[in-house]
Parts: sequence; structure tokens; C-alpha cells
Amino acid sequence: MDMNRRQFFKVCAVGLGTSSLAALGVAPPNAYADQIRHFKLARTIETRNTCPYCSVGCGLIMYSQGDAAKNVAQNIIHIEGDSDHPVNRGTLCPKGAGLLDFVHSESRLKVPQVREAGSNEWKELGWDEALDRISKHMKADRDANFIETNEQGQRVNRWLSTGFLAASASSNEAGYITHKVVRSLGILGFDNQARV
Amino acid sequence: MATQDIIARSATTTHSPSIRQIDEVAKLIDVSKCIGCKACQVACSEWNDLRDEVGHNHGTYESPADLSADSWTLMRFAEHEDEAGKLEWLIRKDGCMHCAEPGCLTACPSPGAIVQYANGIVDFNQDHCIGCGYCITGCPFDVPRISKKDNKAYKCSLCSDRVGVGQEPACVKTCPTGAIVFGSKEDMKDHAAERIVDLKSRGYENAGLYDPPGVGGTHVMYVLHHADKPALYSGLPADPSIDPMVHVWKGVAKPLGLLAMGATALIGFFHYLRVGRNVVEEDEPGAVGDAAVHKVDPAVHEFDPKAPR
Repeated sequence: MDMNRRQFFKVCAVGLGTSSLAALGVAPPNAYADQIRHFKLARTIETRNTCPYCSVGCGLIMYSQGDAAKNVAQNIIHIEGDSDHPVNRGTLCPKGAGLLDFVHSESRLKVPQVREAGSNEWKELGWDEALDRISKHMKADRDANFIETNEQGQRVNRWLSTGFLAASASSNEAGYITHKVVRSLGILGFDNQARV
Repeated sequence: MATQDIIARSATTTHSPSIRQIDEVAKLIDVSKCIGCKACQVACSEWNDLRDEVGHNHGTYESPADLSADSWTLMRFAEHEDEAGKLEWLIRKDGCMHCAEPGCLTACPSPGAIVQYANGIVDFNQDHCIGCGYCITGCPFDVPRISKKDNKAYKCSLCSDRVGVGQEPACVKTCPTGAIVFGSKEDMKDHAAERIVDLKSRGYENAGLYDPPGVGGTHVMYVLHHADKPALYSGLPADPSIDPMVHVWKGVAKPLGLLAMGATALIGFFHYLRVGRNVVEEDEPGAVGDAAVHKVDPAVHEFDPKAPR
């Protein structure tokens, strides 16, 4: 191929331009891909708990972000089954598997609330106040309705006008104490919330 | 997983590093043990931080109605009545099968948007995805979906981030009945063989393993009670294979097309050098410009204000 001087300069200019573009990043990328997703629980705080739904009582691990440093507000970012728990060995049903959304639900009950008689509004109150009110209501009801003896004059010590609903995810020990407290008051209507 | 574990990359002709020997993994879904509780669906969305929009009831137990960019796995419920009139409820966990010869990766035109790891996981890298949807065309199981939010393709990753640190996928961990199990591909085949013996002893003569050779085998396998009729399970293909047109376009037409483009540019370049620009020679020196316009009706008189009168 014969080129004159002008054509030679043109070829050189085109070559320079192409290589410059390639160097600027217009060239095809290298055959290299970074890891697409990083394991999101690598340095989270793990907290064991029991699933609050049914009476099976599956073990959970709640993973929260922040490494317990003073200035960090921990936030639960993931919940999954506890592989070491003898009940479920890591498995969870669809309700248990979705507990993260239960924890962060906008409508989740976080503080005691009371709806006064005749009112249609829920009012927040403190835990101490709530427990005091419950005790007062229980005492008033028990004083008014406690049955010491039946028609035959036999001692029965029944309190039928109040019931007690306990949690299903309690431990054996908590269940024993609950039973002692409730039965010693004379309450017969006693169940636990096992089928939510 | 390390980048050295990537054995195939979409739209890339250079070889990937491939000296590391790691075991192939597999997820085995025992359809006969599944109760359709959908814990796997919930665990999937929790792990992958996906929240699909709450849809509508379409009169079936399937919820949502189909796979989407925000729902990477889905229980499909099929009612089947056999010859004796016995009703069978066939529930299949649908999702990516992680084929050994992935049609999506073959069809993908964007370098690195789809990668295959040495352990068998086929993963989408949305950073490189251009949203063309060819992976859907290439997939024999109709699994990938394009997101309406970012126009990129999404599907099950077999929890590559969990498997990469030695954990099992989220759906496997949560499954309460043990219908989904995970391990090396060899172990899963052994486990499936045991299950098939059990199912045959219970009267399911055609029980078998679904590991279709048309796509080189899969890293998500099913134990089916009716392995002779996979279509009963909400249209599971009996002999899936990559659409031959994908091979035509990517195997034959693409290199030819690139060759034609390159040749055109090269020929143009040398033509320019040798022949130069296409200069129109003037035929007659007098007829400058578009003479046709000036050949007007002789009745029209030209008026030139500068002309001497």
C-alpha cells in the first residue's frame, strides 16, 4: 500500500484517538466480576429468643446491626430459626419466617394502653400504672364475686368472674409460676394463647 | 464466593479461571413431602430483603399469582385426578433450576451480567444487566423476571451469599417438613434415591428424580411421584432444552454479524485511504447549482434591482 505524507498522518491520528478512547474506559471491561452479594450477617449481634406465635415454641436468632458500641442504636435486620434449638432445629413456619415484619410492624403494640369505660379512644399509660390498675380491678372483682363455699357448704374458693390468658411461648418454669399465681387466686378460667 | 470460582460469564469469550476444584452443590425438593405452607417463600423474601406487593386472590392457592422480580420462588398448586378418580394435590416449589448449561447465560448479551460458579450456582449481576430480557427467552423454565422499578432481571440466586460462607439457602433452612434439602449434588442424588425407593414401596411406581439432561442437569432437583409425567406439576417441562434459536443467534449469527461489522468498517477505512471522498465532478462548467430551478416559464421576468436600467 502506498500512502502519501498526509494519509500517513491521518492513520497515525486515528490510531492515537482509538487507543486514547480505550485508555479512557470506552474499551470492553476485563473478564472480572466482583462478588455480587456480601453475607449480610457477618458482624451482627445475635440474640436468642422464642417465637411468639404458637405453643410449639420454636427457637429464633434475631440479628441486629451495630456491634453493641455505645453510640449505636441496634436494629433487628433479620430473624431466622435457631439451628441449635431442639424444638425446630432451624426451621420456621411461614409465620415465624416473617417475624421481622412483625417486629417492625407499624401497628405493633409496644406500650400498655387503656380504653376507659364509655370512651372510644385508647390512652397510653406506664407499666407501673397499668399493673396497679389491673391489680385494683382484680381485687375489686375478686372481693365482689369470690365464692368460698358451694350450696352444700363445702369450701371451694372459686373466682369465676375473671379469666387469665397466658403466653404460649413461656418456659416450663414461667408456666409453673403462672399456674401457681393464677390458681392460688381461685381463677378457673385459665388458658394459654396457643393458636395464634 | 470468590471471583476465581466463576467458571462462566455471559457474553465473554476469554476463559475464566478454572483450576479451583470445589464440590457441586444441589437443592433437592421432595414434592411428596411438601405441604405447601410457603415458609420457603417467606424466608426467601426475608433473606433477600424483597417485599412483593400484596396482590389479589385469583381463586387458587398460589400467592402471588406468578414469579416476579420481587418473588423469586413460588409454590404452584395443581389438582390432578388419576384414572381411578383419586384426587392428588401436586405442589411444586417453582424457581430457578440452576442448570449446568444455563440458557439465560448463553442468551445474555451483556458481559458479566450472568455468571456461573464452579459449585453450580447461576447468578445474575444486576450491575451489568441491561434489561434486554434475553435471559427470559433463553430460560427453558421461564424463571427470570424484569423488575418494573429498575428494568433489570432478577431470579433466585440459590442464596449465593449464604452458600459462599458455608450456609444453606434460606428456603432450605426454614422448610418445616424437610421437603427441601441441600448438600453436595452427589449426596442429594443419594438422598433422592432413598426417597424414590420409599415412594415406590408406597405404590408410586413412576417415582423418580427430575434432573433433566437436556440442560446438562440442574442444581435444583425434584423428587416427583409421577416422574414420567412432569407436566402434571404445573407444567414442568418433560425434556427442557435451550431454544435452538438462542444457539443460532448467539453461536452463528453473532460472530458473523460482528465479522460483517468489522469488515465494513475496515473496508470503509481502506476505501477512504485509497479512493478518498466521493467528489461529484461537474459535467458542464456553466451549469452551476441546481439549474432545474431556473428553467422557469419564460413569462416570468427576473428583476434585478442593481442592474442598470
